[in-house]
Amino acid sequence: MTSREGPDPNGNQVANLSRIFEGQEKMMTPLTEAELSDVIAGAKGPLRIQGGGTRDIGAPVQGEVLSTAGLSGVTLYEPGALTLVAVAGTPLADIEDTLAVEGQRLAFEPVDHRGLLGTTGTSTIGGVVAGNISGPRRIQVGACRDSLLGVRFVDGAGRVLKNGGRVMKNVTGYDLVKLMAGSWGTLGVLTEVSLKVQALPEAVGCVLINGLSDEDAVAAMSAALGSPFDVSGAAHAPSGVDGHPVTMIRIEGLEASVAYRAAKLTDVLARFGGEVSVERDADKVAVGWAWVRDVAAMQGGAGDVWRISVKPSDGPEVVEKLRALYADLRVLYDWGGGLVWVQVPAGTDVRSVAFEGHATLIRSSRETRASLPVFHPEPAPLATLSQGLRAKFDPRGILNPGLMG
Amino acid sequence: MDMPTPNPEVLAKKARIVARLKEVLPADAVISDEVEVRAYECDALTAYRCPPLAAVLPASTEEVAAVLKVCHAENVPVVPRGAGTSLAGGSMPTADSIILGVARMTEVLETDYENRFIRVQTGRTNLSVSGAVEEEGFFYAPDPSSQLACAIAGNIAMNSGGAHCLKYGVTTNNLMGVTMVTMEGEIVEIGGAYLDAGGLDLLGVICGSEGQLGVVTEATLRILHKPEGARPVLMGFDSNEVAGQCVSDIIKAGILPVAIEFMDRPCIRATEAFAGAGYPDCEALLIVEVEGSDEEIDAQLERILAIARAHSPVELRESTSADESARIWLGRKSAFGAMGQINDYMCLDGTIPVSQLPYVLRRIGELSKDYGLDVGNVFHAGDGNMHPLILFDANKPGDLEKCEAFGADILRLCVEVGGCLTGEHGVGIEKRDLMVDQYLPEDLDIQMAVKDVFDPKWLLNPAKVFPLASSEARRMAAE
Repeated sequence: MTSREGPDPNGNQVANLSRIFEGQEKMMTPLTEAELSDVIAGAKGPLRIQGGGTRDIGAPVQGEVLSTAGLSGVTLYEPGALTLVAVAGTPLADIEDTLAVEGQRLAFEPVDHRGLLGTTGTSTIGGVVAGNISGPRRIQVGACRDSLLGVRFVDGAGRVLKNGGRVMKNVTGYDLVKLMAGSWGTLGVLTEVSLKVQALPEAVGCVLINGLSDEDAVAAMSAALGSPFDVSGAAHAPSGVDGHPVTMIRIEGLEASVAYRAAKLTDVLARFGGEVSVERDADKVAVGWAWVRDVAAMQGGAGDVWRISVKPSDGPEVVEKLRALYADLRVLYDWGGGLVWVQVPAGTDVRSVAFEGHATLIRSSRETRASLPVFHPEPAPLATLSQGLRAKFDPRGILNPGLMG
Repeated sequence: MDMPTPNPEVLAKKARIVARLKEVLPADAVISDEVEVRAYECDALTAYRCPPLAAVLPASTEEVAAVLKVCHAENVPVVPRGAGTSLAGGSMPTADSIILGVARMTEVLETDYENRFIRVQTGRTNLSVSGAVEEEGFFYAPDPSSQLACAIAGNIAMNSGGAHCLKYGVTTNNLMGVTMVTMEGEIVEIGGAYLDAGGLDLLGVICGSEGQLGVVTEATLRILHKPEGARPVLMGFDSNEVAGQCVSDIIKAGILPVAIEFMDRPCIRATEAFAGAGYPDCEALLIVEVEGSDEEIDAQLERILAIARAHSPVELRESTSADESARIWLGRKSAFGAMGQINDYMCLDGTIPVSQLPYVLRRIGELSKDYGLDVGNVFHAGDGNMHPLILFDANKPGDLEKCEAFGADILRLCVEVGGCLTGEHGVGIEKRDLMVDQYLPEDLDIQMAVKDVFDPKWLLNPAKVFPLASSEARRMAAE
């Protein structure tokens, strides 16, 4: 192997076709990996990397927009090997449609941020990976990074690089695949990702408990997650769709399994005191979990939205401290209590409350995101390592500079 | 196997280095006697040996930090060592290096069933992590076949897998946090009892970095409740192609077994002669295991057996008791031992896309004839992680070299069909020179640039993972 051939799903693209749209801001939309590499190598100033533009998250970046939307297509899909490879700008919806034909899906259930952030546009798979965007099933199957098998990307010097591959077990060299997931375009611009996929379950069910306090709800979710019944989602809304507390435990699998486990979990959860019921209508279960996944309870609301990752049993305590400060706090627990979404008054830093874990400001004004650290400040030794990595991957500091702090 | 020339300056000041190490560790934790250090001259890749300058056995993170400060100041290379079970030479020393063993660090620091994690010192063995939570019905999922002996430190260094990772993932998917000491001797905490990183995923790159970025002394690991039960089924087929197709069809049908193991005829014959598990004499054999309650297992096996029947199996054996289950697993679990009875063997672990299985097995058969060396295949078919076992005679001059050349050809074949050199053993020294077949120079350069950040002087396990020619400039600059 001596040269790097780029993925070229369209097969007939000529180099140097970067389209430049004149509008409010200049946007470069390369059509091939080679063009993308040329754009970055020749860049004279900072670049703002964009997939579908649905996730305006992070400190505001000043720079020319470099869009990956021109790089689109599924390059390889092997249902029998549970693997899919796609070019970074491929719309997420296209990938989901491709998978659905074979009865498969992305296991990590990526969040659709459009409702929460008030954005429009088309989410791309590269954007999902760049943000390590993971939904409720993260507690069972891992985050996006855990489904990610390989990446190709262009670093800040314009070098086309590859790491990982398309097989499920791969320890050949360092795992830069994980490092690229969740690096928000600050280490390189993803051009191709390869993912492990999952079969759609035959049946789903959701055990619902009404009326639990936050603490009891987390205890109930811990009991479910600590059972042998393979829970694929555990969330608690102190104020659900009807305004009352509801705790949701999801199970997926063969029909016989779901029926059996729903009954077993009902027994396990009875002792927490709430009113327990089982929802078996697949559409209703899907709607309920999309409501959790996309943080519907905070869509269209006023104020800032934070995402706090803690030890599940610490969640209610963190919320209690925040409630003492902000009477109209809105809260949603996912991941068995380990992921706490909160809506607080604009300009608030939830990190004024001490906790072990990390908090990310997901929705806020540009002004707030420019003044508060959006990503959790790292302890000095880790910040030094992160800065060191950025300097190696992007020596000129032109890729989404400052986005992660 | 080439190793860098030992640094004469380091060799010359052995006495001073040992004296300084004895200042920061109890006397019995520093081993410098020329005979005693031979215990650390190799790991499970026994073909290559070299006694280290000295070995140290710290008992705490602070002691590890103190050792690394000394070594950093004295420019001494450090080779971290878990239990020394690496098949890739991951903890093989050089003559100018200090072996830093974590064998005395075996404590369980915290067990939390409500939040489903355990925090341990990394010298603890893999199996004893599960052992510590077994009474409450929990387990730690990654299960490398060396799990009785191998340490969590090595599991993290190599991102170890096991037979059950089709469902539960490998080490990196079950690792929540680490306490790590940098080569400078600084203690850092990364991650913890909560999920995912607040910034860059440093934990993700540390796991699998083969002890080249830091020494991991403590780990927070995800634990799970055990399933209610598990049951295997054995299937025999008259061709590798059909067995491979059956694997693919099971996966496509949306059933996720916890394990799908594959053995080919040479391996079946060897294990039958050795263990007498009662396997059918056929071309290819699959063991498929599913988990759940009895009813759930029945429902899954019903589907799996229907798929298998459509491929005209020569044998289909469902277990009806714990004893029968054990017999089904007996041959598979004794496969390595059985091959070892016949001859010396080299175990590879390249991974391939499952769809390439029949082609790769056919090519391995052809190569086997070309080289005149027998090979048996036993592997984790669900995830394409192969374990070809090449038989050779270590006492026959030239046989080891021939075996290594054959192995290298198999690994290149794995890369050629879209797979990789190593699925769970790691690169170490064994596959170092093959890295150029999987990666372009710039791909290796960016990986080495990561090491530059964590270990600018290239003192941690420096002669591993990267071809010596690729890493030479960096290693020399550091000296």
